[in-house]
Amino acid sequence: MTDLEDLKRGTDLVKRGFAQMQKGGVIMDVVTPEQARIAEDVGAVAVMSLEAVPADIRKRGGVARMADPAQVEEIVDAVSIPVMGKTRIGHTTEAQILESVGVDMIDESEVLTPADNEYHIDKRPFTSPFVCGARNLGEALRRIDEGAAMIRTKGEAGTGDVNQAVTHQRAIKSQIRALEGATHEERQQWAREHEAPAELVHETAEMGRLPVVNFAAGGIATPADAALMMHHDCDGIFVGSGIFGAENPEAMGTAIVEAVNNWDDPDRLAEIAANVGEGMKGQSNVGMADEEKLQGRGV
Amino acid sequence: MFRAGVIAVQGDVREHAAAIERAAAAHDRKADVVEIRQSGVVPDCDALMLPGGESTTISRLLHTEGIAKEIVSHVAAGKPVLATCAGLIVASRDAADERVEPLDVLDVAVDRNAFGRQKDSFEAPLDVAGLDEPFHAVFIRAPVVSDLGPTVDILATWDDTPVAVREGPVVGTSFHPELTQDVRIHRLAFFEHASA
Repeated sequence: MTDLEDLKRGTDLVKRGFAQMQKGGVIMDVVTPEQARIAEDVGAVAVMSLEAVPADIRKRGGVARMADPAQVEEIVDAVSIPVMGKTRIGHTTEAQILESVGVDMIDESEVLTPADNEYHIDKRPFTSPFVCGARNLGEALRRIDEGAAMIRTKGEAGTGDVNQAVTHQRAIKSQIRALEGATHEERQQWAREHEAPAELVHETAEMGRLPVVNFAAGGIATPADAALMMHHDCDGIFVGSGIFGAENPEAMGTAIVEAVNNWDDPDRLAEIAANVGEGMKGQSNVGMADEEKLQGRGV
Repeated sequence: MFRAGVIAVQGDVREHAAAIERAAAAHDRKADVVEIRQSGVVPDCDALMLPGGESTTISRLLHTEGIAKEIVSHVAAGKPVLATCAGLIVASRDAADERVEPLDVLDVAVDRNAFGRQKDSFEAPLDVAGLDEPFHAVFIRAPVVSDLGPTVDILATWDDTPVAVREGPVVGTSFHPELTQDVRIHRLAFFEHASA
């Protein structure tokens, strides 16, 4: 007899499992219920609800916070796909509010103004899964240790320049490759140097990849950018300002979804990327001054 | 050689590929697992896996890529299919939602997100017909079977609602057998199939 009493919610298996179901998909930033419906129609696997897209947050300046819960709730009601919400780094209360509103995953995001200079949110007690950004393997493993069920590259949000997302994904991959070839004691030493739990370091080295799903985020603006990140072994893609900052969001969204599915077929990509209208304007993030960068927040 | 295609337009593909390989090994078979993201591959497969993911996305891409009609032909030929979670929604005749265009290869109607949002997702042991011991089932924003045709057998229920069914060569589950190391559901669907 199946016993309903044996039911368990919010376990690592259930939280990481949610992230696994997002693989091969595109998660799109949306500000309004109308945008959320467009994202769902063009094939997004989930939407990220926020007050303003990163490019606008960048322009506007000031303190960037969690979106109004009423606005998040409207988006939750508008679509059947999962809805994610952004909390400030270390802002446990914003995360609790987002969980209460019913978001399916919480992004503890450097795009918003950090609330805590030392600590990230202790994500383990939450029933909801979290995604966190990382620039390298040390950051990724520290976030997983805190309870993150998904890792995304930080990239440089709101720039429309894929450069930093590539840089961060390459860093994570090359560090994993180095650990695969390392001895037990070298891995122990690496863990100490990078303030990462040794257990997770060994697990990652043995698997040859992160123990949770690894998405790309931060500056992905075109179908070709999305396909490039899949080429770099990402499990899926977050697109921030790239959809609704484009001339034709429907065409751009559709093309990015199809590009992720066909990332390794250049002939199909040529068709998919054609005539989608102008992408977001963007700004190069290579020579950007450190104080303008969002990626240094929350290490 | 047993050629199994995992529909890979979106969802947790790698987990299913690994489960199929382990299930085949348990039957002293070797599986050649292929990931399917474009048309033209399904006709060469002995079995198909419709994984979990987002049913709106998977449904859309199956039709765009021309894979949908190939799956329908695969089932018409009596070849096995395992459809889990979003896969069950896509395989159904009615998803009660215009955002999903189901394939109608399994005579069931489904309710999407029947248990609620992610915070209501859960794991629990589940009795499954044909298995001696309960199966540890992981339900993630899972659908349930709300209605079924006369040729559909119920393999498992949760709170009196069907969550695993079989009709001919097609097995559908609300839960995710690929998220644990237990491959009994994959064995049931692919290697203990009536005509296999």
